[in-house]
Amino acid sequence: MYDFTYTKPSSVADATKLLAADPDAKFISGGQTLLPALKHRLNKPTTVVDLTGIGEMRGIRREGNTLVIGALTKHVEVETSAEVKAAIPALAQMAAHIGDTQVRNRGTLGGSVSNNDPAADYPAAVLGLGATVVTSKREIPADEFFLGMFTTALETDELLVAIKFPIPEKAGYAKMRNPASRYVMAGAFVSKGPQGIRVAINGAGPCVFRQGEMEAALAGSWSPEAVAGVKQNPEGMNGDIHGSAEYRAHLVTVMAKRAVASAG
Amino acid sequence: MPQVTLSVNGKSHTVEIEGRTLLVELLREKLRLTGTHVGCDTSQCGACVVHIDGESVKACTTLAAMCEGASVTTIEGLARPDGTLHPMQEAFREYHALQCGFCTPGMVMSAVDLVQKHPEGLSEAEIREGLEGNLCRCTGYHNIVKAIAAAQDVMHGRRETIAAAAQ
Amino acid sequence: MNAVLPFEGIGASVKRKEDLRFLSGRGQYVDDINRPGQAHAWILRSQYAHARINSIDTTAASKMPGVVAIYTSADMTGIGGIPCGWQIHNKDGTPMAEPKHPVLAEGKVRHVGDPIAVVIAETRSQARDAGEAIVLDVEPLPAVTGTTAALAGAAPCVHDDVAGNLCYDWHIGDKAATDAAFAKAAHHVVFETTNNRLVPNAMEPRSAVGDYDTTTGEHTLFTTSQNPHVIRLLMGAFVLQIPESKLRVVAPDVGGGFGSKIYHYAEEAIVTWAAAKLGRPVKWTADRTEAFMSDAHGRDHVSRAELALDKDGTFLGLRVHTQANMGAYLSTFAPCVPTYLYATLLAGVYSTPAIYAEVQAVFTHTVPVDAYRGAGRPEATYLLERLVDVAARQCGFDKVELRRRNFIATSAFPYQTPVALEYDSGDYVSTLNQALETADWAGFEARRAESASRGKLRGIGISTYLEACGIAPSAVVGSLGARAGLYEVGTIRVHPTGSITVLTGAHSHGQGHETTFAQLVCDKLGVPVAQVDIVHGDTGKVPFGMGTYGSRSLAVGGSAMDKAMDKIIAKGKRIAAHLMEASVEDIEFDPRGEKGGTFRVAGTDRTKALAEISLAAYVPHNFPHDELEPGLEETAFYDPKNFTYPGGCHIAEVEIERETGQVHLLNFTAVDDVGRVVNPMIVEGQVQGGVAQGVGQALLENCVYDSSGQLISASMMDYAMPRADDLAPVSVATHTTLCTHNPLGVKGCGEVGAIGSPPAVINAVVDALREFGVNHVEMPATAPKIWSIIHGSTH
Repeated sequence: MYDFTYTKPSSVADATKLLAADPDAKFISGGQTLLPALKHRLNKPTTVVDLTGIGEMRGIRREGNTLVIGALTKHVEVETSAEVKAAIPALAQMAAHIGDTQVRNRGTLGGSVSNNDPAADYPAAVLGLGATVVTSKREIPADEFFLGMFTTALETDELLVAIKFPIPEKAGYAKMRNPASRYVMAGAFVSKGPQGIRVAINGAGPCVFRQGEMEAALAGSWSPEAVAGVKQNPEGMNGDIHGSAEYRAHLVTVMAKRAVASAG
Repeated sequence: MPQVTLSVNGKSHTVEIEGRTLLVELLREKLRLTGTHVGCDTSQCGACVVHIDGESVKACTTLAAMCEGASVTTIEGLARPDGTLHPMQEAFREYHALQCGFCTPGMVMSAVDLVQKHPEGLSEAEIREGLEGNLCRCTGYHNIVKAIAAAQDVMHGRRETIAAAAQ
Repeated sequence: MNAVLPFEGIGASVKRKEDLRFLSGRGQYVDDINRPGQAHAWILRSQYAHARINSIDTTAASKMPGVVAIYTSADMTGIGGIPCGWQIHNKDGTPMAEPKHPVLAEGKVRHVGDPIAVVIAETRSQARDAGEAIVLDVEPLPAVTGTTAALAGAAPCVHDDVAGNLCYDWHIGDKAATDAAFAKAAHHVVFETTNNRLVPNAMEPRSAVGDYDTTTGEHTLFTTSQNPHVIRLLMGAFVLQIPESKLRVVAPDVGGGFGSKIYHYAEEAIVTWAAAKLGRPVKWTADRTEAFMSDAHGRDHVSRAELALDKDGTFLGLRVHTQANMGAYLSTFAPCVPTYLYATLLAGVYSTPAIYAEVQAVFTHTVPVDAYRGAGRPEATYLLERLVDVAARQCGFDKVELRRRNFIATSAFPYQTPVALEYDSGDYVSTLNQALETADWAGFEARRAESASRGKLRGIGISTYLEACGIAPSAVVGSLGARAGLYEVGTIRVHPTGSITVLTGAHSHGQGHETTFAQLVCDKLGVPVAQVDIVHGDTGKVPFGMGTYGSRSLAVGGSAMDKAMDKIIAKGKRIAAHLMEASVEDIEFDPRGEKGGTFRVAGTDRTKALAEISLAAYVPHNFPHDELEPGLEETAFYDPKNFTYPGGCHIAEVEIERETGQVHLLNFTAVDDVGRVVNPMIVEGQVQGGVAQGVGQALLENCVYDSSGQLISASMMDYAMPRADDLAPVSVATHTTLCTHNPLGVKGCGEVGAIGSPPAVINAVVDALREFGVNHVEMPATAPKIWSIIHGSTH
């Protein structure tokens, strides 16, 4: 990678100040996405701002009907958290299958969601649960957060601090992994709860998206069979050497069906 | 030049680094602990796995600067100081779970973490899934899976020795 | 040997001697080596598949921090191209096209990854930083990557002096007899397939460190090689013109090879040359992405096969046409892979009386293709074993019985095939029967029904295969175009107190030679394994050698050691005769005698331990100086009389998910005849590893270029390497018939797994899909491919 200056602020305010002063600086927490990109010299930050010293971005707590998870929370912490398992078991189960053990031991919620890789897991959970993204500046509903491939509503000097997950009645996640990278080929996070019935699809398209027809079908009848008949339009789906757009569109239905089945 | 102070295999080191220095570069090039290997550049092969504060991580995907104050264990630090092998190392030998040896350090470090996290015991399928972050091109994993299954019995005190587990 | 010691000779699963250092992080791989004053090299590689280089401007790059030097081909004057070790002749007797393979690109680049310049700097990062500042003026040119496309009239030329991109047009067998067989056939079966291009991906990336001693003029190259003496020969004689006496090549611990580390690569010459030029050591280590675009790839054949059968299913004739992709340049062994390692194997285990094969080798704008685990033999086996399954189905024969009917009878050995080889031994019926029983072939339909009850498709597949390895008789391969002999060398050095050092030209990069070779010595000389040390991989220590590939280490290298041990015993007897005042003819040697390796005057209780003999040899106070020199060290060169012919039966069972098309391997059974087994534990491991690579080829791995010549699967993010949960337990058993022509009776086990398994897996996949009327699924049988079949989609 290209060389850069490393710095480690201890507050959200200090961290965002650094980014405001230098738009070519980058935040790092777990580094499981940023470092591979830097190693391939796809990015040339002047400064890498290590967030892991910021206490206010940590912790998992339940606030009434909401689970608040700090951005620095590692996947392994979500996977094993009794609080998460009790409130949103599907979220813990999803976290348990992100990347591999070593990724889960370093990678964080905030890093994954800020990066918005179309083939990442967390964006599906955030969108599929209708969560709210808490930043250093404001609160952003999930529906307004994910704007496109690797693009979010975050401004350059805006830092994702925590995510508020409304606790659903039911939720489930299923995915098929790319055989090489093990990222998501197609996945579906479904939920029924305070945010209504939601179906978020990841992996298949350029950005995580809600599948309205499936949501409508589930509103009629919450069952795997209800979504089994809903076909995803292949137009706009990703196609590559690992699967055509048509294949991914097909997988969307299969994964949605499995997700509903796992939600019970 | 920035510095980082960390403990590696129980010994404290203060090392000059660049911002971009990776933990694996610090270990291999600054401390000459060459048991930790680099087999890919996409964070997939796991040849570089070490423990930071007891948890397995990919040293090729960890900035050295972020290891300030950390306690790192590498394959060189796994056996007891008197040379007695860790049960996982012993099991790998007993079950012929290594051939060229290149993936072995990372594989062993991952396996130790995997077993430590599952005192309830792991099935064959769970062991296979737990190795998703490590690639081996030589063994076909068959004997690695067997070795880990045997080592967990010893690590969790269900059997005295790897030889006993092997029977 | 002391009777209370466990048996450690031939047949014992001795734990590996090498494991302790690997398990403790004390292995020494090339990238672990750091020489005083070492600089680091980074290679600027082509991003284009085909381009003309107008200029290379290194001015700015040279001024970057830490830069020591930047070299292009203009700087490396007086240097030869990278040689090819094998020359194939066309049908008309003319030699193959052999265009120059420059160390650094000369005027043109011909594949993505083709080296253009080398930057040498104080650190690796600085070298890369500077490399990116080199300004290239290149003119991209049209490229061709597909094997068949490259032969089409309008295809871009890879080399201006090679018309139509044809490297050679070769054939073997009797065309007239084969045509006659087809004329009288009751059944004519046609099968067409592409054998997918693979990337070997040994876990250790290639690395090379060059060093130069200005006072002695001696060059040293540390390199990730399977055969350091071959590298010394090729690089010293053809590229850099350095005499052997001034060039030491060391291949220390090497992290897997699978063929990809046989060849002489440009980077080896670059660091050796640059170290001398700069007077300081130079290290280069590939990153994985670089490995994808610079390590020789494997396979990549397009084939059409036709089988003629009579009405009862007896094979009458086989006709094969194959186009083989050579890549942009000829790698060291490349031309022999689709010819003498492939077409000669097309008889397989069957007594097909007439065979004719044509092979066209083709240049394309891709990474050079060469031997990868199995090398030609997996391609032949896949073609044949799929063809037999297709024939069984098309003609209504049972696939097992069709194979059985056509097996070469055990009584027929030695068996001369119609395609040059003479098989010495085998027992295909026994390996078949044992595999059918182990895999519970008879009970399969019940398992299929059980899967069906869960909505899954289950299939079973078989392959009865053979390979030719133990490479190779020098006279034979010489007559076929090899530019080297393929003997092996072993030195047995018995030290004064009886411990032994073995110097072998074979190279261990995972095979466990330090253990198995010590077992050979233990078995023959009666010295405990712990007292036998194996030295390999250093031209400064080992007299000579041809290295490890083609499952040759034990069959050829082990036989050389065996021959050297014969000489040790013969000399030991003469010393013993002198010491015990007996005639040489009366001295017997027993490796399992009362003193371990024991010399005895026949019929008496007068004995001498081997250690007593060696002590006398090195402290020759009482020694037959008139008859013998002091010392006890012998070297032997062993040139095999024939190839060896391991074979056996592989059975795979798979389950397919209807909804996604995902194929899951459930279990795999291998029953192999690898000849005498020295260490069963290691043989099992070799077979399991080979099977994993074969399953990888069948289900996961695929090297893909796009039409512009970009390598799409250029990292492990896009090239699917088998992981633990992609694979299943592999049951391995052996059934031994001895090789008749080497002293150990061994055949080889390194490649059988990768050779026999791909057709077994694909046969299982096709079997699982039988309700869809599918005749074939190309490798790799990925989920979208299967889904398309199940859902009748054309996508």
